[in-house]
Amino acid sequence: MLERFAAGDLEAFEALFRQHQKDVFAWIVRIVRDRGIAEDLTVETFWRIYKSRSRFYPAGNFRAWARRIATNAALDHLRAARRETELPENLASGAAADPAVRRETREQIKRAFFQLPAKYRLVATLALIEEEPYDTIAEAVGISAALVKVRVFRAVRILRKKLNSLGAEVGAK
Amino acid sequence: MSNEGNNKEIKALLKAAITPVKDPELRRDLWPQMLRKLDEQPSRIPWFDWALAAILSAVLFFFPGAIPALLYHL
Repeated sequence: MLERFAAGDLEAFEALFRQHQKDVFAWIVRIVRDRGIAEDLTVETFWRIYKSRSRFYPAGNFRAWARRIATNAALDHLRAARRETELPENLASGAAADPAVRRETREQIKRAFFQLPAKYRLVATLALIEEEPYDTIAEAVGISAALVKVRVFRAVRILRKKLNSLGAEVGAK
Repeated sequence: MSNEGNNKEIKALLKAAITPVKDPELRRDLWPQMLRKLDEQPSRIPWFDWALAAILSAVLFFFPGAIPALLYHL
């Protein structure tokens, strides 16, 4: 099937799409945290996959390749969305948030987090919130696990500085 | 507090403020949307193909003697 897809067979592409759309969506929605945007980006991901089908090596790992392209599509979205000031809808916000942390502090953290540079926000979301292993993130982003760790560390440092400058009570719990 | 301790606190606060996505399941088939996107996209010729064609045309216009050589190599 992968060979037929690489040769441009639309039926093979449809079969791959149906087989992997759930996985791609699940990966993207955890990065962008908005179902509607994640659906659009899933389609965008497969559009990019279809366009670059001639570069796919049929003996390769389609899932890993698709996830890499999905990550890039999500990263492009985060870069564009960062220019806007509104916070994205958090799928798990509200009642699920820790009630021990003051609402104001939570809002400040969210705001600071969504203002992080896209490449830091992406790895921080996956590593700190979704608790994905560094190796998995590294493979999806196309960097080493050590660099993922560095980016997470920098993201936390930027957050700390932002929160301090906002005067957030980071000790309030 | 040390930076290390501060960072741990930031991580804990972040997890308290933004919780993991609970339901990452796709609820509908996106293939119809994919088909629409495929239909919408006209087959575009990349800009560098146009540039190559323009350069080739210019070369052949200014150096017509190159035409037999080009035909020979085709």
